[in-house]
Order: sequence, then C-alpha cells, then structure tokens
Amino acid sequence: MGATFVGMPPFPEAARTALADTRLRRNLGHATATIRAKRAAVVAELDDWEDLRRQAAAVKDETLTHLDEHLLTLEAALTERGAIVHWARDAADACAVVAEVARAHGIDEVVKVKSMATQEIGLNEALAARGIAAWETDLAELIVQLGDDLPSHILVPAIHRGRSEIREIFRTRMAAAGRPAPDDLTDDPAALAGAARLHLREKFLAARMAVSGANFAVAETGTLVVVESEGNGRMCLTLPEVLVSVVGIEKVVPTYADLDLFLRLLPRSSTGERMNPYTSTWAGVTPGDGPQEVHVVLLDNGRTRALADEYARQVLRCIRCSACLNVCPVYERVGGHAYGSVYPGPIGAILNPLLKGVGSDPVTDSLPYASTLCGACGDVCPVAIDIPGILVHERVKVVDAHRGDRPKAEALAMRAAAWGLGEAGRMALGEKVSGLVGRLPRRRGMPGGRGALSWLPFPGSRWTGARDLPTPPVESFRAWWRRAGRDEEVRR
Amino acid sequence: MSARDDVLAAVRAALGPERRPAVEVDRAYRGRDPLPAGAGVVDLFVERVEDYRATVTRCTAADLVDAVAQALGGAARVVVPDGLDLDVPGAVPDDALTATALDAVDAVVTRATLGIAETGTVVLDHGPGQGRRALSLVPDLHVCVVEAGQVVRGVTDAVARLDPVRPQTWVSGPSATSDIELDRVEGVHGPRRLHVVLVEG
Repeated sequence: MGATFVGMPPFPEAARTALADTRLRRNLGHATATIRAKRAAVVAELDDWEDLRRQAAAVKDETLTHLDEHLLTLEAALTERGAIVHWARDAADACAVVAEVARAHGIDEVVKVKSMATQEIGLNEALAARGIAAWETDLAELIVQLGDDLPSHILVPAIHRGRSEIREIFRTRMAAAGRPAPDDLTDDPAALAGAARLHLREKFLAARMAVSGANFAVAETGTLVVVESEGNGRMCLTLPEVLVSVVGIEKVVPTYADLDLFLRLLPRSSTGERMNPYTSTWAGVTPGDGPQEVHVVLLDNGRTRALADEYARQVLRCIRCSACLNVCPVYERVGGHAYGSVYPGPIGAILNPLLKGVGSDPVTDSLPYASTLCGACGDVCPVAIDIPGILVHERVKVVDAHRGDRPKAEALAMRAAAWGLGEAGRMALGEKVSGLVGRLPRRRGMPGGRGALSWLPFPGSRWTGARDLPTPPVESFRAWWRRAGRDEEVRR
Repeated sequence: MSARDDVLAAVRAALGPERRPAVEVDRAYRGRDPLPAGAGVVDLFVERVEDYRATVTRCTAADLVDAVAQALGGAARVVVPDGLDLDVPGAVPDDALTATALDAVDAVVTRATLGIAETGTVVLDHGPGQGRRALSLVPDLHVCVVEAGQVVRGVTDAVARLDPVRPQTWVSGPSATSDIELDRVEGVHGPRRLHVVLVEG
C-alpha cells in the first residue's frame, strides 16, 4: 500500500490539474490562512524573534561547517549510551538497515512515527517489497496511507482531504488494515479521531518494533528529539522492544543547550502554538524504560551534495516547520502534490534540486520555477534560509545544465522577441499586430480592471494554457505620440 | 568502503580542505524568557496550561491528597509510579505492568521535573515519582502534581536545568490533533485529559 511520487509530471502540468480542483483550493485556502494567523499571533508574543532566527541560523551554519566532527561526536555518544549506529549513503542503504533489523527479530509489522526522512527514502514501499508491513500512526499519515494517496503538506499531509472524504476512507479501507471503523461513524472530526484511536491502539499494543525520524540529534549527549501532538510518537518511541530512528545528517546540533532555540522556534513556526503537546527526548537505551534495543541510521541521501554548494548549503538549516508553505501564494493555489515530492512548497522547490542535482529529471528541474519570488517564504523561515535567493541560484544551475540542449519554445520566443524589439521598424510592425490583438474580444478581467486573453492560437496557447495574457493596448505609445503628443508639445 | 567511510568522505569533500575555525555563537536570548508585564510566573503557568484545555487545581501541601483525589474524579482503576510520595487510595503500584495491562487503567498520578510558564508545559524526566514513560501515556487521565517552586519562566530556563541523558517527556495539554480540516480535537493517542495539581505555599 502507499502511492509514490515516481512518474509525477513536472510542476506546470501538475499545477494545471490542481488548479482545476475547486475543493482542493477551498481546503488549502482555509487551512493556510488559519495557520498563518495562528503563527503570526504567537510569533508576535516574542520581542526577540529576529534575534532567535539569526542565532538559530548561526548555530546551524556553524554545525554544518564542522559536520564531520559533530557526526563523529554523535556516533560516540550514541554508542556509549547503548544505541547501535548505522550510516546510509542513500535510500537503498537506509531501507536495507531497517529491513535487516526487522528480519533479525522475525518481525513483519512495524509502527511508524511521521517522519519526512522515511518518506523521502520510500521506506514503506521498500519494507512492503520485503514482506514487512509499515503502519503510519499519525492521523493525517494514516488517512494518506489508507487512501493510497500522497502527502501534500509537510505538517498536515492530508490537508487536501475534507472530513466526508476521510469518513469514506475510514469506512472502506480500515477493515483491511486491522480494526474496522465503527458502523455508525460520522464525519465529525472528534468521531474520526476516535476511530483512528481505536484502530491504532490495537497496533501500538501489539507492535514489537517502531520506526521514527528525529527533529534534532544532539551530538554531545546522543539525545534524539521528536516533536509531535497526538501521542502516537510517544506510543511508538516507548512501547515496542525495538526502535529504529532514521536521522538526516543535517539534524545534528552540537549541544543540548542548543535545543532551547529550536524548541522556541519550531512549534510557533509550524503549528502556530507556543509549544506542541508532546516532545520526547531519549539518549540510547534507558534500562527498564522504553525499547531496550535502539538503532540510529545516519542518512546522507543527497545532503552532502547540498553541503557542497557553499551558498545554498543553508538549505540544510531547515527544521521542516512548513511555515514557508503556508505563506506561499503558489503553494496555496496548487497544493503539495504538484511539486511531485514529499517536500512541497518553497522549501521543496529548493531542497529537491539540491538533494538530487539538476539536469537529469524534468520534475526536479521545473521546481525552481514554481515560485513568484515574492519573498514571503524567506521572511517567515525560522532559520532565515534565503529561499528566494536559492530559487534564483538553482534556476541558474538548471539553465546551465541545459545549455547544450535543443532550445526550448520559450528560448525561441525570447530570441524572436529580441529580434522584433531590436529595430524600430520591426517594433512598429509588432505594435500594429498587437493593436489588432487588443481588439480581440476580452474573455476575462485582470486585477485593476484591465482586460485579459485566456486563449491564444498555437503557439501562443503554450502561454495561455497556464496564464492569462493582459490585453495589449489598442494604440501603442508611439502611435499615440504621433496622433496627440507631438501636437501638445508644439502647443506648449 | 563502508557506508560510514563514504558518508564521512562525502562530508569532508563537500566542506573542502580549508576549515573555518569554530565560532562562538551569540546567546543574547538566554535568560530573557518573556513574561508579560505584571504577570507572576505561577499565574502565567496556570493561565497557559488552561489555555491548552487542561484542568488546573491550585492547592496547598496540606490539601494535596484531597486535591489529587478530586482530580481523579472517581476513576476506578488508578496506577501510581514507584517513589510517588503521595497517598492515593485504591491505586495500584506500577509493577512492570504490560502495555495491555496499562490500557485497562483509567488514570495515573505522577509528579513532574519542572513546569514552564511561558508555554504551559510540564516536563517529566521519569525519575522517582514520575514513572517510566509508558505510565503517563497509556491511561486516559494524567494527573500531574507540580510544586510552585518547580515552575520556570520559559524554555531556555527549562533546557538549562534538564539532564540531557535522561529520557524526557514534555507535555503541553492533552493529546490533540488538528489533522481534519484543522479542527482541533483533544485526545487521539495520548491521555485525553490532563489535570495539573499545582501545590503552593
């Protein structure tokens, strides 16, 4: 079970489909506006917010600059506290480690804490291929998994689903995965959450192994941190005998004291709360409390590729709060699926090209363009990642990667435009043509009352397929100048 | 090469041969946990815990036992951790109960390591009187006793006092989800009710 993003169309194509989905847009508009308001209110309570952002950025940058040293410190601290440390170059390595731990215990069912890293490596699918069922236990992830759907938001992966859809998914799909939904299930969110509670409690009580990520990993002490709301994280981290945590190498912070910054910045930025309901920390094995076999998988999977870009490596500061998604006018209209990745929105538009590299995959190459460069994402980022700057930086890389290719229609159009605008006579001809276009019937209004064309004949349809074209003025400036302006100048 | 060698080599290659010296990061925010003008730490703690739809009872040491009994509100099956210095009539001690046995328990009474006023959080480091982590997780009602002297202003003060190698659970209100149309629902997997008993004087 569980869809993957493999084979998703590039952003412009996916966006067109998403834009036509009015229910999706309504759900997203409501959700992002709500979280934006909550975030703004709790951020306003702290008069040193800008200081915190600046200092968090400095801590992360300092850590990244000496990442190898911090990773070795982390490995030593974890080992000293009874954890077993594994390293993973890529998704295949990491999935193999998790599967091997399960196999060694004869386990064919694991429970999971919501984790971006395990989604990134396609862990559920990899485990399924080896006959191991992985159950998501975060409510939204459960909805996505049961619906054989894809997550569309970092924090609220089922943000695109409404309550009636969720009821239908629970009624039709829960039984095949364990305890069925109650017969009288309504679409009241409390009733739906209650059904998930009963369904999952069976799994928590039976599970022998759990898989998690970590929000932070403290090098000095080997302390891992998971931040959550529902308690499913605590269930997974506490009840099973075996725990495997897949941790991106950028999650390391040098000392425990550094957490004070991030535990102030993260909840306010992500859910708009002063603090999330539950935060769990653990360092290796605690005798008599929680899992007695603890594994940690340190995951690269492209992070060192991002690290090698001295300017853009700041993307590795990201604490996955999703504040940038909630303020992005592009994300708000198209939703997360259009980005074709578990990391959607502005952060996905830079993180994916940096982790995967550009030039080989059209979906990844389209992402740096999935932005208006309005800058809102950079303003809200709690670790002050220059997202707009990196978007432009990645656009340059995409262009460079395709210099040898056959020119695209857009490049040809720009060349034609350069020719047409480069000489006065050609430009005058162009103005006549555009004046005629301006007389075409107007199909739509643009903001400010200007007319717009929503359809042009080919090849113009390539443009109007995704955008409205403001109607060209019927009379060009130069035509007007000839008719009126010069006379006025003479009169003066 | 092993995955470990490969990852470390990739990190070093990415950083290049010239290492920047370690830089001391400015910590100007420390010790400046905000308190709204005129608010006392304990009052703010109570207000913020209640803001999370948890229940707070304020009492003195003399009526703590009664306050706890009231907070339990007639819960039939109550469990208490090892080392809890409180008399909870009828409660069973945690004798390495299995998760399934805990699931049949209605309520748990624990102490805390500290409380955080700014965020309305109680922190357990699972020492004596706080129990292992599963204890305050599986039962549906968590009654948590906090001494007024344990309440700190904010998160930076809390982090400065906590032991990084002990397992910790930070609790801000009852279990909650906002995953369905962003409607907040209390009680998914953790305790559906949190009752903080604050001991003053």
